[in-house]
Amino acid sequence: MPAAVQQVSWSELAADLTGRAGPCPRSTGQEHLRAATAADAVDGVAPRMIAEPGTAEDLASCLRWARGAGLKVTPRGGGTKMGWGNPPAACDLLLSTARLNRVCEHAWADMTVIAEAGCRVADLQKALAEHGQHLALDPLWPERATLGGILSTNDSGTLRLRYGSLRDLIIGITVALPDGTLARSGGKVVKNVAGYDLAKLFTGALGTLGVIVQAIFRLHPLPRETRSLTFSGTPAALEQLLLSILASRLTPVGLQLRAAPGGAQLDIRFDGTAAGILAQVDQVDQVRQLAAPSPAPSDAPADIWTSHQAIWDGAAPALVARLSVLPAQIAAVCALIERSAAARSLAWRLVVQGVGAGYMRLEGDEPALRSTFLALREELAGIGATKPGELKPVVTKPGGTIVALGCPLAVKRGLDVWGPASDAQPLMVRIKQRFDPDGTLSPGRFLGGI
Amino acid sequence: MEARILDEFRAIVGAADLITEPEQLSTYECDGLTVFRVLPLAVLLPTSTEEVQAIVRVCHREKIPFVARGSGTGLSGGALPAANGIVIGLSRMNRILEVDLPNQRVIVEPGVMNLNVTARVAPDGYFYAPDPSSQQVCSIGGNVAENSGGAHCLKYGFTTTHVMGLEVVLPDGSLAHFGDTTVDRPGYDLCGVFVGSEGTLGIATKVILRIMKKPEVVQVLLAAFNSTTEAGAAVSAIIAAGMLPAAIEMMDNLAIQAAEAAVHANYPDCGGLLLVELDGPAPEVETLMEEVVEACTRCGAWEIRLAQSDAERARVWMGRKAAFAAVGRISPAYIVQDGVIPRTALPFVMSEISRLGSARGLRVANVFHAGDGNLHPLVLYDDAVPGQDKLAEELAGEILRLCIRAGGSITGEHGVGEEKKLFMSEMFAEPDLETMQLVRCAFDPEHLSNPDKIFPRPRLCGERPGVYEPHPLETAGVAQRF
Repeated sequence: MPAAVQQVSWSELAADLTGRAGPCPRSTGQEHLRAATAADAVDGVAPRMIAEPGTAEDLASCLRWARGAGLKVTPRGGGTKMGWGNPPAACDLLLSTARLNRVCEHAWADMTVIAEAGCRVADLQKALAEHGQHLALDPLWPERATLGGILSTNDSGTLRLRYGSLRDLIIGITVALPDGTLARSGGKVVKNVAGYDLAKLFTGALGTLGVIVQAIFRLHPLPRETRSLTFSGTPAALEQLLLSILASRLTPVGLQLRAAPGGAQLDIRFDGTAAGILAQVDQVDQVRQLAAPSPAPSDAPADIWTSHQAIWDGAAPALVARLSVLPAQIAAVCALIERSAAARSLAWRLVVQGVGAGYMRLEGDEPALRSTFLALREELAGIGATKPGELKPVVTKPGGTIVALGCPLAVKRGLDVWGPASDAQPLMVRIKQRFDPDGTLSPGRFLGGI
Repeated sequence: MEARILDEFRAIVGAADLITEPEQLSTYECDGLTVFRVLPLAVLLPTSTEEVQAIVRVCHREKIPFVARGSGTGLSGGALPAANGIVIGLSRMNRILEVDLPNQRVIVEPGVMNLNVTARVAPDGYFYAPDPSSQQVCSIGGNVAENSGGAHCLKYGFTTTHVMGLEVVLPDGSLAHFGDTTVDRPGYDLCGVFVGSEGTLGIATKVILRIMKKPEVVQVLLAAFNSTTEAGAAVSAIIAAGMLPAAIEMMDNLAIQAAEAAVHANYPDCGGLLLVELDGPAPEVETLMEEVVEACTRCGAWEIRLAQSDAERARVWMGRKAAFAAVGRISPAYIVQDGVIPRTALPFVMSEISRLGSARGLRVANVFHAGDGNLHPLVLYDDAVPGQDKLAEELAGEILRLCIRAGGSITGEHGVGEEKKLFMSEMFAEPDLETMQLVRCAFDPEHLSNPDKIFPRPRLCGERPGVYEPHPLETAGVAQRF
């Protein structure tokens, strides 16, 4: 956050901004409106001002005002992932949820929590831990990331194999729409099929449909005991082991494959009772001996389960991408990345969860980053399309997806971070038009120019 | 229906798969909620995505409403035909298209029976987790429409957790794919929006399902308590101990009597029966089951039985799964209700249900998915007694209002359908419903796909959402909101 906050009046800002802005909403609170600084730019697009409303109602009226004034708005939570998505076509106002940061209700006996969008993930987890519970998700940068931010980017981590992603954990949502409507869907019970599931629509929508102001989650008990093991081997052998584990009756909480030019590792984590974990550790070694020749595992260092975060650190310039493939294609993806990176002398790292989703990092010069990424996208789209006797693509095209998340702006400007749109794109555009008819929110950041 | 349109339909599906005779049409006039009946103009039974598309294109051109139907086991009137509309029956699209065991995916057509998915992959040790009580006959397409749950969704989640992708015929006849065999496809989570939309957003013609590996061991415990309050306390104790059982089911005495009369499940005769299923690695399940036994004992269980064999476990479950139908043994007529409350509100809600019932001289049998607070009160009445059906309907409605007041929902798994659409305005505020309409209008601006379900009043897609602008019809005094 910028240290120096220049206090200016709303009317000054508004007049400066467009000359068209009418009176500001009474309740927005001028003291929480300030001029933006260069550090607030979203992918090089500098907003003029930042509003930090203190209530959902204020946020909604602020949004309505902005729309009426013809301003373009980008929502911001902790600001950790503002560079995700394509650069916005325009951004006049950053609408911050920083002051909407309360944990409203932790119904621990019902294992649910209601919290505001600006609540930081780590703050929520700390409150939940007092009753031995947690939101079973380990997203990036929990100390700074907010609930609204992880929802809008659909972030997830290593717990996904067991607990699913945010779509499986969110049970209710309140959103502010550009016309000032505050709308709610779902509720605070885990099981509920009344009405459309807007929580899922807004999860991963990157703030293009509305601004999330509150969310309700189902919770899980914190594990009693936990133990992690690491196997080393070639990506191919480790993929075989990973598939054998998935096909066994083991119930790992985490399963991830890490690869880099120096070699590859498979990490596995068990939670549960001491007896249960012990039995599973025995079993996983039996699975290993049957699956593929690889050395016995060792106890894993504590920090392996933040590998998806560590991959964001390293030499610059770099490109970090989210990729998703079938579990049985993980080794093929490793080989693909290794080949593509070597051809252009790039350093690379990869961490993939057992569900097939992961992050890749490439380091090198900017033109090579771009060309390698684009080449990878093309090859990934065709991965798994061949081998006779295997899964034939009937419903969808085969292959995986890759989305560029972090890279130098110069690289990003030369590519569409999302990749090609599908036959659902016209429908997505219609949804965007219904929710945000004037294109007020985050224009151009999402798939297919949405 | 005009002959030229029927000719066109006949050309699409063939004469044998176009039903227009009133006697045959009557099969399709209702679903599992038989109180609502509407005779469709025609029923078409397509066998491919292309046929569904062709049918829907004709409907779109001619503005004919259509309702998709799977097995017709729904309990909220979701598959009730639209007046002056057609029914598109998907029972002939019942092929399992692909089984991909290493990646744990199965691709099916919508008419495949729920249980057939598990049957297909069971020899390899896998299962399809959502298990609605009707799983022997209900279809995957219907499960997708209703976001069906079942006893095991406490641990494994609902249909939406297990649907990874969909091929959908949109209400204008175009084809779109949501989700994929891989996770995190870029774009809006339309798969998540579509599942549970009760047929109002289009027709799913292919479904990508996630299957799971069967757990190493499964143990089921039966515990008998004097009351549902005691049984409820045991549920809270189990959850508070940090356990996530595969299922926790509760039945009250009336429900037990019914189940005994119907399938002789050999349940203890008690005021509150708890059925707890744990699964997972053997040592883990053994340790936790000891804790469950301890919690039940502490809360007043006077009989605890652990099912000792697969057969015994199946019999225990049979009693629970047959409970709805079994109530027919103890009452000439009954209403199956479906509401959800926060688990901790159970004692209050139970005593209120009993009070509300007594005030009307009616009995209520209670079957719950107690772990997640999903209640299935069965309101018993005698349809031979004049006026009692109305009283029962009123009581069922009061129970829903009770659920809303307790912070819960009007439906946990049966859907809103035709039955509960008026209660939507009690559970949600007008801006909430208007916002849901934005989704509806993006998918189906002409309201052809299962129209007049879920939402309490017909809406026009030109209306501005949310900001309390009166509709021109309201201003003119022609219509009013309710």
